[in-house]
Amino acid sequence: MSQINRIGGGRIDRSQVLNFSFDGKSYQGHPGDTLASALLANGVRLMGRGFKYHRPRGPLTAGSEEPNALVELRTGARQEPNTRATTAELFEGLQARSQNRWPSLAFDAMAVNDRLSRFFAAGFYYKTFMWPKAFWEKLYEPIIRRAAGLGSLTAQADPDEYDKGFLHTDLLVIGAGPSGLAAALTAGRAGAKVILADEDFVAGGRLNSETYAFGDGSGTDWAALAVAELAQMPNVRLMTRTTVIGAFDHGIYSALERVSDHLALPLPGKPRQILWRIYTKRSLLCAGALERPIAFENNDRPGIMLAGSLRSYVNRWAALPGKTVAVFTNNDNGLRTATDLISKGVNVAAVIDCRADTPDISGTETLRGAQVIDTSGRLGLASVTVQLADGNKRTIACDALGVSGGWNPNVHLTCHQRGRPRWDETLSAFVPDTCPPGMTVAGAANGQLSTAAALAAGTSGAVAALADIGVKAAPVDLPRTEDAAASVKAFWYVQHGKGRAWLDQQNDVTVKDVKLAHLEGYRSVEHLKRYTTLGMATDQGKTANMGGLAIMAELTGKSIPETGTTIYRPPYTPVPIAAFAGRSTGKGFRPTRLTPSHKWATEQGAVFVEVGMWLRAQWFPKPGETHWRQSVDREVLATRKSVGICDVTTLGKIDVQGTDAAEFLNRIYANPFGKLAVGKVRYGLMLREDGMVMDDGTTARLAEDHFITTTTTANAVGVFRHMEFCRQCLWPDLDVQIISTTEAWAQFSVAGPNARKLLEKIVDKDHDISNEAFPYMGCGEITVCGGLRARLFRISFSGELAYEIAVPTRYGDGLIRAMVEAGREFDAVVYGTEALGVMRIEKGHAAGNELNGTTSALNLGMGAMVSKKKDSIGSTLCQRDGMNRQDTLVLMGFRPVDPAQSFSAGSHFINKDAVANASNDQGYMTSVAYSPNLGHTIGLGLLRNGGARKGEIIKAVNPLKGIETDVEVVSAHFVDPEGERLRA
Amino acid sequence: MPEHRLKALNPLGGDSAKVETFDVFTISENPDLALASLACRAGQANNFTKAARKHFGFEMPGPGASAGKTPFTAIWIGPDQWMIEAPFETHEEIAAELKAAFGGSASVTEQTDGWACFAAEGPAAGAVFERLCALNVAAMPSNSASRTAIEHLGCIVICREAGIRFSVLCPRSGAASLHHALVTAAQSAL
Amino acid sequence: MIINHPLLGPRDSQEFTYLGDAGLIERPDWQAEDAADAFYEYLYLRDNPAGLHKELWYHEQGDRSWLVVTRNISSHEIISVELARDVARQKGRSK
Repeated sequence: MSQINRIGGGRIDRSQVLNFSFDGKSYQGHPGDTLASALLANGVRLMGRGFKYHRPRGPLTAGSEEPNALVELRTGARQEPNTRATTAELFEGLQARSQNRWPSLAFDAMAVNDRLSRFFAAGFYYKTFMWPKAFWEKLYEPIIRRAAGLGSLTAQADPDEYDKGFLHTDLLVIGAGPSGLAAALTAGRAGAKVILADEDFVAGGRLNSETYAFGDGSGTDWAALAVAELAQMPNVRLMTRTTVIGAFDHGIYSALERVSDHLALPLPGKPRQILWRIYTKRSLLCAGALERPIAFENNDRPGIMLAGSLRSYVNRWAALPGKTVAVFTNNDNGLRTATDLISKGVNVAAVIDCRADTPDISGTETLRGAQVIDTSGRLGLASVTVQLADGNKRTIACDALGVSGGWNPNVHLTCHQRGRPRWDETLSAFVPDTCPPGMTVAGAANGQLSTAAALAAGTSGAVAALADIGVKAAPVDLPRTEDAAASVKAFWYVQHGKGRAWLDQQNDVTVKDVKLAHLEGYRSVEHLKRYTTLGMATDQGKTANMGGLAIMAELTGKSIPETGTTIYRPPYTPVPIAAFAGRSTGKGFRPTRLTPSHKWATEQGAVFVEVGMWLRAQWFPKPGETHWRQSVDREVLATRKSVGICDVTTLGKIDVQGTDAAEFLNRIYANPFGKLAVGKVRYGLMLREDGMVMDDGTTARLAEDHFITTTTTANAVGVFRHMEFCRQCLWPDLDVQIISTTEAWAQFSVAGPNARKLLEKIVDKDHDISNEAFPYMGCGEITVCGGLRARLFRISFSGELAYEIAVPTRYGDGLIRAMVEAGREFDAVVYGTEALGVMRIEKGHAAGNELNGTTSALNLGMGAMVSKKKDSIGSTLCQRDGMNRQDTLVLMGFRPVDPAQSFSAGSHFINKDAVANASNDQGYMTSVAYSPNLGHTIGLGLLRNGGARKGEIIKAVNPLKGIETDVEVVSAHFVDPEGERLRA
Repeated sequence: MPEHRLKALNPLGGDSAKVETFDVFTISENPDLALASLACRAGQANNFTKAARKHFGFEMPGPGASAGKTPFTAIWIGPDQWMIEAPFETHEEIAAELKAAFGGSASVTEQTDGWACFAAEGPAAGAVFERLCALNVAAMPSNSASRTAIEHLGCIVICREAGIRFSVLCPRSGAASLHHALVTAAQSAL
Repeated sequence: MIINHPLLGPRDSQEFTYLGDAGLIERPDWQAEDAADAFYEYLYLRDNPAGLHKELWYHEQGDRSWLVVTRNISSHEIISVELARDVARQKGRSK
């Protein structure tokens, strides 16, 4: 029979049956179940194996604080390890598997570790694997990883989508238990914008797990009514399945919404999860409290769980963790588990209370002043051994034990900005102290542990938070309900026996481990955490830390508040890395910027390359070309022979206007601009204030008060930012206005001896572009193709007779088609970035490889360009001695002594007879290409005192590849050093 | 309008504007905008204001706002700087037109093809934009405008009618990426 | 963090890029006797207070304003935000 431990009642939908499997075995549950509740209802207590000792484990809790019941969900690429069975919502067809066991959960070969436990004590990694060092990587680490790893990854790409989103609100209520619901009702009715977020899939918090009277009905009903009312309010956003994972600066919160985790597959187009960034004016933390265990020997057997969780399984999920139940508590709240179970007819064997004054509970035996000192049962609890107040021992048969050591207010988010909680002696617990600005706390999270107090705090908390931002709200009417005073006796662990009493079941840290750490001098809680691993991993010690630090306090003779807690950090619960990535994966990693000729280039079968965000044509293979060099060599040769066209739109273009525009340019470029004539272009060298080269480009003067300046593709954004800095921060009263026009104009380079002839077929006849009328470094506004406004610049990157022609971007596609057509008679080619690079290296133009942030004007052979007669950015500091040494690096050309030999960029220069090591370094090669014009490899590089070393033979050394090539130092200008072609 | 022989392409690469419709939300490419930036020159505030009144017939909007009167809309994009919109059909030469109207009181730069414009319209706009940008789009009043980042692209979001009609301008080269982001967000949210 | 832009109101700091010490506004006079030293100090020597700090932020995904943000760099509390252009003018910078 299925669901042998399912009892009556509960908040599950029995009208529907959900089939699921665990470790290959089929079970049934209902909507409303978690995987853990459904397994318990089916009589399955054993859900995993311990981390170190591979001991059998079952769920300790019924929530996200779960340390034990970690499972792998789903299969194939969607397989997800380390998922808490206690929060995984059941759906039809769910496949779950236990972890960290081999060959099976019931028989785990690694359980031998349990017998070897003395080797695995605190600091065991540090002690065991110290030597020999070489063993670490090859032997120890792989073994540890195999033995101690929890779940496993599939190594397949995640097929799901993840969204990021942004929400704005007045009040963020974190947690939809009694205080959260009361707060949301209060703020919602006042008309404030409210977000109510809860990690559970049903709002109500503990109300769904308790049975006490709530006004005239039940807490569950009240919660459902509150939710129904909130759902009707357009100003309220109720977000279940949403965990607020972090509190950041200035009212920014991060929340993970699990949109599709309760479905077999996300719906088409829908994300699996959304990581929300919530901007809120105020937040009210209503995160409740977490029950804490008591440590005693063998307290980790399946069937032993927190008393409140046990009650949750019974009341909310109608799932009985065992047929015979016992309760071990130090507070009244634990007694409620016994009374609830008795009222449902469950056999409660005994209540073991370490206090002496526990009231009698009808239907069971109460053992006062007693403690559980040991347990038995191979794969689950069979009995507990109790030491009675009189010192006698008694064994009580039971297959479930509810343990309550009191409740810890859930202070986690109050500490995300280095706030530290305050110790409350009455509650024997930490309560919030300093919260992040804008956050207040209400209810159990604030130490108000009774339901009535939580409700009242929720409504008054909302009223106060809203008053703070000028919104008037009235407290809501609240039902009468449970209002018990706290009644807890601090009790952390049972001091009995020599066995192991678990504090942290996820990391297998015992009371003994803490004692050993103390003995070895690890006394700060942060050290304790790192040394023993207490409080690490997926649950971050939510149920474990308090016990550990209480014991450390006792050992050091300090109080608990003096001992303090470890720092709480985001995220509150684990977040898939995929959610942090959102849509920024694969092609969505960043936007793709397409050039105006992209469509045409695609039609031509161009090979594209990513240049920053831009996608540029790298070369255009022709039929029969099988190697990229064939295409590139052809493009280079054809351009130098006749004419080539290249899309250069990606270069940054900045429009600079104003009556002081020339003066502005004069100050941001190292060379002078004041006297640049209208209709002329000038090369500009831009320095950083430290004197290093920042960028270069050309600037065209279209009018007295109008310039267009270009930047390198890579630095377009940075140069614009720099220009705004200069304009706003340094010279705020200069009359200069700037705006980017990079995208507005499609710009093409037309280069080669026939460039003018080609352009004469494009440029309208009334514009004279002859060499006399439109000389080298001329520019002008023209029209093309029958009247379209365009711009023409006579500049050259290739060293050929060359122009750059620009039209409004939407016509760029039309223009390249028109130019290709016009160029047919000249055998014009269109060339890509690779040929562009070859030609600029042949010409000796510095580019990104040379403008690498470590080079000065002097290094690049442009020292003379830096004007000393004016103030410009970098002009003072570039005169420092260190940057002007005789033996400084200078940009030179390099060719192999044997033309058949090659070399690579990044090679270092070493003198011919010197040993190739760092102390003999003479500089490095920055750019290398094969020159089809020269028939051999050529390079540009920075060589010590390079200007004086022309003709010298040195070595280009690539120690990574073990290559040494003899190279001759030559001029950087391999082609047309006199610049005759570009003036033709 | 110039009678040249070059054919225009839309930002998404087609000849006709692309339109995607969801239940209560439509994303449509709008290539029919002429744009120019207009910046007031130092010490020219009076002349600039006069020229604006004369040519546009409205006061230039302040930070975060837009203002308009057919055929022009001005969108504040920075201190002393606006983006001017007009129909492309009638105002392709918008930069020359504005320069003539403002003379030395303003710097004018053609921006028409610097941007791709998408109309994002429908009552679900707020739900879509909350998956795209940090801007509180749902709360934007009519005729407000702001720059923001959408999927790493610097965009201008213009609210034509609160809660319902929006335009998004993005750098033209990123049009396909923004369009993909808009469509994906709409599928995700709706 | 949220930066309360003097013109645009509260904006996420993700829209900004950060430069550093607002002392960069006070660029020395290149013709001064001690210009080399002054530029050296201007560029390289910064205070690093564990407390209030004036720093330059640029609203890159916004209106392109440079801002001077006075921030407690221990707590991230932002005390004031001004347009850098206004600050520069107050410090006597002009053309």
